[in-house]
Amino acid sequence: MKFLRQFAARIVGQSIRIFARAITAVRAEWKGIEPVPKQRVYFANHVSNADMPMIWSVLPPALRRTVRPVAAADYWLKNKLRAFVGPEVFNCVLIDRRPEVDDKPLDRIIEALDEGASLIIFPEGNRNMTDDPLLPFKAGLYNMGLARPDVDLVPTWVANLTEIMPKGEVIPLPLICTVTFGEPIHVSEGESKDAFLRRAADALLACRPEGRKT
Amino acid sequence: MTSTTADILLLAFGSFGILIGLTVLGEILRARQPVHEPNPVLDTYMTRVQSWWGMVAFVGIALLLGKIGVMVLFAFASFAALREILTLTTKSQADHLALATAFFVILPLQYLFVGLGWTGLYIVFIPVYAFLFLPMVSALRGNPQRFLIRVAETQWALMIAVYCVSLVPALMNIDIAGYGDRSLLLVAFLVMVVQFGDLLDFFFGRRFGRHRIAKGLSPKTWEGMVCGIVCAMAIGAVLHWITPFGALGAALMAGAASAVGMFGNLVVAAIKRDRGVKDWSHLIPGQGGFVDQLDSVIFAAPVFYQLTKFFYG
Repeated sequence: MKFLRQFAARIVGQSIRIFARAITAVRAEWKGIEPVPKQRVYFANHVSNADMPMIWSVLPPALRRTVRPVAAADYWLKNKLRAFVGPEVFNCVLIDRRPEVDDKPLDRIIEALDEGASLIIFPEGNRNMTDDPLLPFKAGLYNMGLARPDVDLVPTWVANLTEIMPKGEVIPLPLICTVTFGEPIHVSEGESKDAFLRRAADALLACRPEGRKT
Repeated sequence: MTSTTADILLLAFGSFGILIGLTVLGEILRARQPVHEPNPVLDTYMTRVQSWWGMVAFVGIALLLGKIGVMVLFAFASFAALREILTLTTKSQADHLALATAFFVILPLQYLFVGLGWTGLYIVFIPVYAFLFLPMVSALRGNPQRFLIRVAETQWALMIAVYCVSLVPALMNIDIAGYGDRSLLLVAFLVMVVQFGDLLDFFFGRRFGRHRIAKGLSPKTWEGMVCGIVCAMAIGAVLHWITPFGALGAALMAGAASAVGMFGNLVVAAIKRDRGVKDWSHLIPGQGGFVDQLDSVIFAAPVFYQLTKFFYG
């Protein structure tokens, strides 16, 4: 039974990848790093629920096997299908966002890092519905950078998803989506939280692809 | 085996022969190159030749499969081209439904009409029905901001990526006396003369190009362009046996198609410059996107279609 579930998870994962490729021709641009197996935290902008599957789809198989998206438990445990896709297909690290639960999200993240996993995180915390390119970052990125200073923090920009699937629309447009990986950053000695988060946001904005922004 | 099939095979093997020559030439140059000295021009050349192998194989197989094969190939090319252009055009959420209609309704219908041979409909379907209907869909969502720009850019994208490209397979619908079912070969003729003209324009432009045609837009030169068109005419004359045009007619048709294609390439370069991109996408290694590869064929197709229909149809 366990084997069957794993097999099904692989099939679903491949289908998601092929679907993303066929519709959005999603491709990776390795600007600041090479696609080699190295422990990393990919931190990305967040405008749509498709962000995470896009990043996941462009990673080469060896990297995809070890990457774990950090995601909200309330979203991924909502129904049986999501509870299968989130934890089993994407191998998510689930974080409980409910205020009444005394769960320490950072412990879960550090635990995953210590097991050798790479992570995908969205430091804005929520989907960005504003016209600004980024929301202010939450402290999580700084804290994990401080706790595990050897891990590369890689800025990852997902482009065009707002146009592919604006909020409230049903049909996705098959426009080209690009995922750009920038140069990794680390928390410097004695750097304050605010200074680091500002630097991280700038590094992420610097990954935006060429071309006129409309 | 019909004579059409035999001719397609002959053209395919001819093209493969040229590609073998180009590949061997590249490998010889590479063998002469010191190992640790990088040569980006040679690498680009080799990547392009590799992509050409793929393209000749795809077009060859499509032609051998007949009308359906050609339809599917160009419908896919249209889809990829439309995706590349609309990624860069001005749009707002109010256009979402109109754009989805362009992709999932207008494009398939245009190819369906071409496939059914309904000439009266596919010639006007996009310029009349799509152009009038899509702005209505956008207007219903009630966002007037930059409305004219949004509508105009979407329409131009449909014109280039769907209408013009669909007129390549539409060549198979032209009824030419005494030419019979060989109209499939017109597709091969158009693609070959235009693409070879481009290749030779690039080659001669590099060799003795002096006078730029449009400074700040494209490295194309008058010298390269004239050489390219003359070569396209020569290739057209050599290939006249697959056309109903006769030797002189084939040369003139090839020259016209090649010339329109080259100026079309400038138009596409201007759009890319305006949007600040080098290539439309990265789907074809070494060549950029489908629009980069097809731009000259896109502009040549409607003119070639019209001239063929007018003089020979």
